[in-house]
Amino acid sequence: MERLEIRLSGFGGQGIVRSGEIIGKAAVLYDGRYATFTQSYGPESRGGAAAAQVAIANDPVELSYPHVIDPSILVVMSQGAYNKYVPGFRRDGLLIVDESLVELDEAADGVEVLGIPATRIAEELGRRIVANVVMLGFLAAVTDIVSPEALRKAVLDSVPKGTEELNARAFEVGFEYGEGVKRETSYDT
Amino acid sequence: MSPASRNGVLSGEFFMLGDIACAEGAICAGCRFFAGYPITPATEVAQRMSERLPLVGGIYIQMEDEMASMNAVLGASWAGVKAMTATSGPGFSLMMENLGLGVMMETPCVLVNVQRGGPSTGLPTLVGQGDMMQARWGSHGDYAIIALSPSSPQELFDLTIHAFNLSETYRAPVLVMTDAEVGHMTEKVVIPPVEEIEVIGRRKPTVPPEEYLPYRVEPGELVPPMAVAGEGYRIHTTGLTHDERGYPATADDTAQWPLVQRLVDKIEKNKDKIIMLEEDGLDDAEVAVVSYGIAARTAIWPVQMARQEGIRVGMLRLVTVWPFPDEEIRDLAGRVEGIVVPEINLGQIVREVERCAAGRTEVLSVPHPGGGIHDPQAVLRAIRRAAGRKAEA
Repeated sequence: MERLEIRLSGFGGQGIVRSGEIIGKAAVLYDGRYATFTQSYGPESRGGAAAAQVAIANDPVELSYPHVIDPSILVVMSQGAYNKYVPGFRRDGLLIVDESLVELDEAADGVEVLGIPATRIAEELGRRIVANVVMLGFLAAVTDIVSPEALRKAVLDSVPKGTEELNARAFEVGFEYGEGVKRETSYDT
Repeated sequence: MSPASRNGVLSGEFFMLGDIACAEGAICAGCRFFAGYPITPATEVAQRMSERLPLVGGIYIQMEDEMASMNAVLGASWAGVKAMTATSGPGFSLMMENLGLGVMMETPCVLVNVQRGGPSTGLPTLVGQGDMMQARWGSHGDYAIIALSPSSPQELFDLTIHAFNLSETYRAPVLVMTDAEVGHMTEKVVIPPVEEIEVIGRRKPTVPPEEYLPYRVEPGELVPPMAVAGEGYRIHTTGLTHDERGYPATADDTAQWPLVQRLVDKIEKNKDKIIMLEEDGLDDAEVAVVSYGIAARTAIWPVQMARQEGIRVGMLRLVTVWPFPDEEIRDLAGRVEGIVVPEINLGQIVREVERCAAGRTEVLSVPHPGGGIHDPQAVLRAIRRAAGRKAEA
């Protein structure tokens, strides 16, 4: 069974759900794989927690159970999401945090953590709203859930007209940051 | 958005939300009228139709409630336009009276129910399959109905097209009984080129207008041709029991017998053409899982796990839930040691399975009250029990 699961979490308005959709789209339309994207929200969730789940596989039968059960990658973009998802996160998983918004504590003990100040970088680029795209660029560099080229394409055909340049830059900055982090961590090991 | 053909119908590969795939299926099928009232988790169907219908020369109208929505759909169909509405739980209840009107007036249309947990307002954002019996019996009086149950966004697209074709063929409302899980799931959806999609329209009268009677059927036929209002044919229709002219005939049972019998027969006697089933591994099966929609999809893993344990288990997925495949279930019940029926309600379609099995095999329900999908282990345990294996501690 080859099935990869990722959960992205944060608060409403950060583009969390959109990011999940973009990852799924990259896998399906540009990597030629299968993906099931689900989102969770309650009737009262405006401004509250947001989460997106994507399962990716080469065989659609692997996706017959549509929910993410035990993700190996967890992206956290708010302290609330950290508190909710990190304690139950598998210890051999990869935790990715927005360092501008999330403080680590013992809940992350034993888990491999990679961080990027995605929101601060997005602010420096001029628009806080592209923090999720910075994060997607980072994901493209430090994980192999989808190919970087597929994710880049999926970002560009998902963003509103007129914002392509800003989003492309946000993606590249996140990607380069990720490449840098990867080089550092490979020196460590 | 991606490439659209000249008439505004999409084609190509998409990563698409189930509800949106439903709307696009309707547009491919030629639906050009949508009347509805937004309700989670069906809102995205209405939203997409509101964006797309004006681009293809259609009309979207948001009505004051679900009763009016269903009525507007019937009116549009009588004006010759393929029409649809989409709703969930409470809205489905409100549509029941006018669904019956559509049945009685023999009006082609499609009603999509993106089921959520009930009863009442229940669980607005979460899955349920608790409206399956309401789909069959929810409107008053005797009638037959066609209801389809998709398991993925792709199938929601495909079956919405098919629902229109069935409704036009049999002059009857057709229900697409999907659910919050499939409607709010995003997956790959392939939309074929428009010329490759089979689209069926209603049969129109061929007799001269002076000879046309709106509810007359030729000997050996069960579905009367349907004239479009304004094309020169005299039309009268009513929810009252009516004669071939469409005039009320309510003094005794003279008209009631042939009319109501025909409304049922046109579905029941065409079961072999209407019913779609998907079989997997049933040839040598000792246990069969019978399910539909999302519950059938989530039964795939437990079936695979049981096979790994050496249990010969197969699956019969009801793509068409109504009319019910009595003969196929009867036949299956004579071949297997047990039938397992997972569904996201406390046991609805399992009653139909029990009726058809008629005591010849053990039938085990795997209920779920809604709000989530089945734990694969729960279905696996039922398969083991049906196979006579002891449950693991």
